[in-house]
Amino acid sequence: MTTVSGMTLIGAGLGSVAQQAGYEPLLPGLIILLPLLGFVINGVLALQAGSRSAARVRAGEEGTGPSGSAADRTLPTWIGPGVVGLAFLLTLVNFFRMLGVEVHEPVVRSYWTWMATGGLVLDAAIQLDALSMIMMLVITGVGFLIHVFSVGYMKEDPGYPRYFAYLNLFVFFMLVLVMGASFPMMFVGWEGVGLCSYLLIGFWFKDRAKADAGKKAFIVNRVGDFGFLVAMFILFTTLGTLDYQGVFEAAPEAFAYGGAAITAVALFFLLGAVGKSAQIPLYVWLPDAMAGPTPVSALIHAATMVTAGVYLVARSSVLFALSPAGSAAVAAVGALTALFAATIALQQYDIKKVLAYSTVSQLGFMFLAVGAGAYAAGVFHLMTHAFFKALLFLGAGAVIHSMHHALHATHKDWDAQDMRNMGGIRRYMPVTWLTMWVATLAIAGIWPFAGFFSKDEIIWASGVAARGSMGSLYTLLWAMALAAAVLTAIYMTRMMVLTFHGRNRTGEEEERHLHEAPLNMTLPLGILAVLSVVGGWVNVPGSIRESVFGGFGVLPMSDWLDRWLEPVVGDAQAILLTQLGPVAETAPVGGGHVLWGGIATVVAASVVLLTARAVASRPTVPALEEGEPQRGIRKILYNKWYVDELYDRIIVQPILRVSRWFWKVVDQLVIDGTVNAVGSVTRGVGWFGSLFQTGQVNTYAFILTLGVLAVLAALVL
Amino acid sequence: MLVEALVVSALLFVIGTFGVLVRRNAIIMFLCIELQLNAANLSFVALSRHLGIDGQIFVFFVMTVAAAEAAVGLAIIISIFRHYQTVNVDNFNLLKW
Repeated sequence: MTTVSGMTLIGAGLGSVAQQAGYEPLLPGLIILLPLLGFVINGVLALQAGSRSAARVRAGEEGTGPSGSAADRTLPTWIGPGVVGLAFLLTLVNFFRMLGVEVHEPVVRSYWTWMATGGLVLDAAIQLDALSMIMMLVITGVGFLIHVFSVGYMKEDPGYPRYFAYLNLFVFFMLVLVMGASFPMMFVGWEGVGLCSYLLIGFWFKDRAKADAGKKAFIVNRVGDFGFLVAMFILFTTLGTLDYQGVFEAAPEAFAYGGAAITAVALFFLLGAVGKSAQIPLYVWLPDAMAGPTPVSALIHAATMVTAGVYLVARSSVLFALSPAGSAAVAAVGALTALFAATIALQQYDIKKVLAYSTVSQLGFMFLAVGAGAYAAGVFHLMTHAFFKALLFLGAGAVIHSMHHALHATHKDWDAQDMRNMGGIRRYMPVTWLTMWVATLAIAGIWPFAGFFSKDEIIWASGVAARGSMGSLYTLLWAMALAAAVLTAIYMTRMMVLTFHGRNRTGEEEERHLHEAPLNMTLPLGILAVLSVVGGWVNVPGSIRESVFGGFGVLPMSDWLDRWLEPVVGDAQAILLTQLGPVAETAPVGGGHVLWGGIATVVAASVVLLTARAVASRPTVPALEEGEPQRGIRKILYNKWYVDELYDRIIVQPILRVSRWFWKVVDQLVIDGTVNAVGSVTRGVGWFGSLFQTGQVNTYAFILTLGVLAVLAALVL
Repeated sequence: MLVEALVVSALLFVIGTFGVLVRRNAIIMFLCIELQLNAANLSFVALSRHLGIDGQIFVFFVMTVAAAEAAVGLAIIISIFRHYQTVNVDNFNLLKW
């Protein structure tokens, strides 16, 4: 909704360019502080609720209602979503102020000197520009909707205030990540969201598997953080500064184009991005992260946090443009991940696992875009993906919520997330069904939904890159992206048909307990569904707008986002242009925007239809009756290419063995042995000395006399 | 004259020391300690003729301390005797760790 109104405004505003003097931000610091305030209040409430329930348990009144009193929930219900909503409104005000103003220099607000050590002086500063503004809108906007959804989803959870405290804290750190004006500021947010991710994945920490999933996410991310740090160190030793403005101004002179130093920076940043954004080889934590509450999956593990890697590459576009090898690595990782994760998603039965692998795959598309130099396209897909993937997760959450209730009502011990136990839910949850189909069509890339524009632009950009240097590599990546796009349509349709269509497999008694979610859950779904359609209309190339896909120029579409992000990625584009020269605006095998747009829609639509028929015609039985696939590619895909097993074999087990050796030998034998030996020797010496202490006065007198004689002898002799 | 006095003093001291080491009766050990103290006093007095009046003054100090010690020591011995009905020090070995 923001983007639509923004579009019309920019349309009007562009006629009178630069009539305003400049952009004057309104209370930008408050946008960050509001979620922090929410965290503090909700955190205090959570601690109070915790100590109260602990007192109840001690008093032996365990199990008196799920979350104590309803009053425990009133304040978090208003504060949690409230602060994010206010932050969103404030962001909107700032956004509209920035609209129509030509902002070429980012607005930096410095609050205090964070640290000054030797040559490094860092301010606690925030930066407002086109890129951070887009990210802030997505984070606070989608974040607010997910907060509202959570009110309904988490209603019966005893950790209700704690949940909102963590969620607010996450929004705070995410805003720090995108609003910070230097790499260390981004790193603070980067680590903070990692912490919140850990806390929320392990939200139900009494379940060992869920706590382990949180740990896995945290540890895998450490690998990426190492890369981020090393990249920062190289930047600082070379440039002497870590502020965005300083770095991006100095980098083109300080680093040779394609040199070893800048390639190292790019590759280490890529390592960081790969960890946070769940790309090959560090993607393994994201599917496990589905152990958290479903709105958390929507907010953190689909819409915002996992896109931080894409944001990092887009923000450092100048650095990546200087390193063609680094960019190619980004694109290759992205395309590979997009295809790889899509194949796994084909054979998953857990509804959230399908969406998790889908997220990994879509993030791969974004990496492909920013690697191919189409930074705006990457951010564009980030935005549209935030809309439709958040919608898919929230819809899945609504379904799981309903399934959970139905199974709980009859105490049936079935998996509420397994799609084989669902089927035919369309009849009970029509709003969820409809909105999720919108998102599915969007992610499948069918006109006029958002994904059509954003995904096609990415595939297009990789095709364009195939005309430049390293053409054969990018041609391969282009083909992989096409294949991944087809697979996306297949697995999403399979998920929808298994969940919503056909005969219900939950059970006759349970079926009667299935119900549509309440309004505060369906309303966010509806808003996100609208955004999943029109969200793509903000960045449409001219040739498409003029064609049938743009309603021959009638539909309110524009290439606004491209122009909006131009100040941020313009420097990088200039580097690419001077180094590579202008590239032809055609796909590797010929054809223009409109032709390929047409092919994409026709292919995607027919794939959706064919898959729907194929899945519907195949009989599906409940999970317990079917068991695991036993052979062939289905078994491999069901077991996710055995990557977890491989990592376990080559990384986890060796580390465990080495750790055990250190524990048993170095710690217990050497270190503990030394300490214990010191104690034993002291005791032994003491025991020997105590033999002379008989308690007999005469003995003492005798020894005393001997001592005196000895001293006398020494003096005399 | 001095030599004789010092010899007597040494004899007295050795007898006292020997008594403390070999006797088991607490009263006798106590008397032997007094013997040692007075041996030292004799040396002080004998030497003060040549080395000044300090030795004689010191003797008074020693006698004072010996008197106080006798009072406290005898009190301890009496209370031990009341408790154990004996003053044989072989029976008492509490003065250890």
